[in-house]
Amino acid sequence: MSEERILAITVPKWGMAMEEGTVTGWHLEEGAKVAEGDDVLDVESTKIANVIEAKCDGVLRRQVAEVGTTLPVGALLGVIAPSDVEDAAIDAFVSGFVVEAVALEGEGGPAVETIDVDGRDIRYVVHGEGGEPIVLVHGFGGDMNAWMFTQDALSADRAVYSMDLPGHGGSAKDVGDGDLSVLTSAVIAVMAETGAAHVHLVGHSLGGAAALQVALDHPDKVASLTLIAPAGLGQEINGGYITGFVTAQRRKDMKPLAEQLFADTSIVTRQMVEDLLRNKRINGVDAALAAIAGAQFEGDRQLLDLASRADELDVPVQIIWGRDDRIIPVGHSGNLEGARVHIIDDAGHMPMMEKAGEVNDLILAFV
Amino acid sequence: MARIISMRKAINEAIRQCMEEDPTVILLGEDVAGGEGSPGADDAWGGDMGITKGLQPQFGKDRVMDTPISESAIMGCAVGAAASGLRPIAELMFVDFMGVCFDQIMNQAAKFRYMFGGKAQTPVVIRTQIGAGYNAAAQHSQCLYPMFAHIPGIKCVIPSSAYDTKGLLIQAVRDNDPVIFFEHKVMYDEVSDDVPKEAYAIPFGEANIVRDGGDITIVAMARMVHKAKEAAEVLAREGIECQIVDPRTISPLDEDTIIECVEETGRLIVVDEAYPRCNMGTDIAALAAREAFGALKAPIQVVSPPHVPVPFAPELEEAFIPSPEKIADAVRKTVSYGA
Repeated sequence: MSEERILAITVPKWGMAMEEGTVTGWHLEEGAKVAEGDDVLDVESTKIANVIEAKCDGVLRRQVAEVGTTLPVGALLGVIAPSDVEDAAIDAFVSGFVVEAVALEGEGGPAVETIDVDGRDIRYVVHGEGGEPIVLVHGFGGDMNAWMFTQDALSADRAVYSMDLPGHGGSAKDVGDGDLSVLTSAVIAVMAETGAAHVHLVGHSLGGAAALQVALDHPDKVASLTLIAPAGLGQEINGGYITGFVTAQRRKDMKPLAEQLFADTSIVTRQMVEDLLRNKRINGVDAALAAIAGAQFEGDRQLLDLASRADELDVPVQIIWGRDDRIIPVGHSGNLEGARVHIIDDAGHMPMMEKAGEVNDLILAFV
Repeated sequence: MARIISMRKAINEAIRQCMEEDPTVILLGEDVAGGEGSPGADDAWGGDMGITKGLQPQFGKDRVMDTPISESAIMGCAVGAAASGLRPIAELMFVDFMGVCFDQIMNQAAKFRYMFGGKAQTPVVIRTQIGAGYNAAAQHSQCLYPMFAHIPGIKCVIPSSAYDTKGLLIQAVRDNDPVIFFEHKVMYDEVSDDVPKEAYAIPFGEANIVRDGGDITIVAMARMVHKAKEAAEVLAREGIECQIVDPRTISPLDEDTIIECVEETGRLIVVDEAYPRCNMGTDIAALAAREAFGALKAPIQVVSPPHVPVPFAPELEEAFIPSPEKIADAVRKTVSYGA
């Protein structure tokens, strides 16, 4: 039978809280040829919108979901198959499609774990299993949800760990004096949790600096290093963003800050701003952010210099940067000798969200 | 990670966390411990609605006090304690009983900072129940919050979700001015949503945009937010997209957000369960007419009960409360205006 040659496009699950998605537009007509990686349709959740790419070559045989319809995670959106698969087989596939149990929290979804690191609770979540694991480290003010478009896509053949750094997300709010070592201890502890001798580290922004520091200190434990718009490779940083983020309490203060993260500011939804504020309102978060910012940055300057230690680095490194980054200048991408550099067009400080497909491909090709 | 709890639980948790983090926070009111001296105080009711259950066993009788049935005594005691260094949370069981203790609130607590040249502060929180739908008749079902919003010097909070309830109540306790915290009695069990287990505070004067939509702005408070959401679901199927704004605090009122929203959509409906004369509906309608007149494409509508006492008969009480149907009708009328 041709069943295996028929590929379902389903509503993705971006982050733990996503339960349904709305189709906002199709990039291709029914019957159009598609190549792996082509943009097929746009879907949005209450938090964010993104494009769904084809996972194989073929023909878009059916647009099952009309524009404007809202469907649960896992529901059928469309069908890709080679042109020689009969229409009847496609129809049978569509009518026989069963939505797999939606992986809601605590109901067979990715496991959320908490470990104690130096008296601090550190939260992480695991997607996929086996292989040489990847550990994802978010940046200043973020949490594991920064990887909502990344974690699933990387987890086909291996375990992918995304963690909340101290002071962030579901981890403890105590960060001591905010020194980088508080962050790196947590990263090293999550790396140990994988049970693997080597892990691939992927770090974004301040999480990139933490990942780089870990690779310098423990080259034996790191199989490869992917740094996305990392801190620590140059002096300049957008100090206005950092202090603004630490002090913002209200929507009208937070929205323009969140917009600075992206090349396309329309990505910033009301719900995204609300989620950032919800996190910042929790006891201890602002103090933690202030401590970290105070230890790492001074006005528009970064206090951390890791680029000068490039010659000590004994791990393959790639650097990914959005050309329109307004937080840390894209020019820093050339400051780490020996690293492979990829500059992404039409992306700001969050290329793994804004150009998820490209970034995921670069990571998968590198690990 | 979602942690779905009721508004009832959110209030209990907020009070508990405030009492844990600040030893000056005390609790007083009728039956807040729930029948002191009854067998098994741990299992006592915790107020007529069970909100404060378990707090006296944890914090003791010095900090959780059952009072005589005297609203004047409760408010006088709480306001005086606040003026002399404590942070009392006092319970005025039903807002309908404010008549017997209003001087302590309106002419004492609200005025201390002003009358004493800014040198006195009165960090008291008064929790009180509002609203119809409990079949509790005319003397236990009113909203009355507009009467408090009228008075400068006190802050008025009217939450519509468990998340907002916890964050606003913690903010109320930390605030250095008198705060009246209005809890809709039907929502204690009717409303549950995702609430962080940690303590957090939501700033006053920041409206929440509950739903996005480009055709019309609906401003609603407390239980009316949920009625408006039901109406919006129905209207969405008709192709009308409603934006819903919950001010969360009516004093201070987030005028900027309301004006910005009306300027975006050009249409406004205010849904208010309070009596129609001088309620928040008329106040917010006047605000929009004054500040966003040029953006308006249709007359502003206010959906409120009729100007009558809340009926006891269930059928009449149901007819009294603004319904999703009445809200939807007002929206349709506004959207089709001039067409």
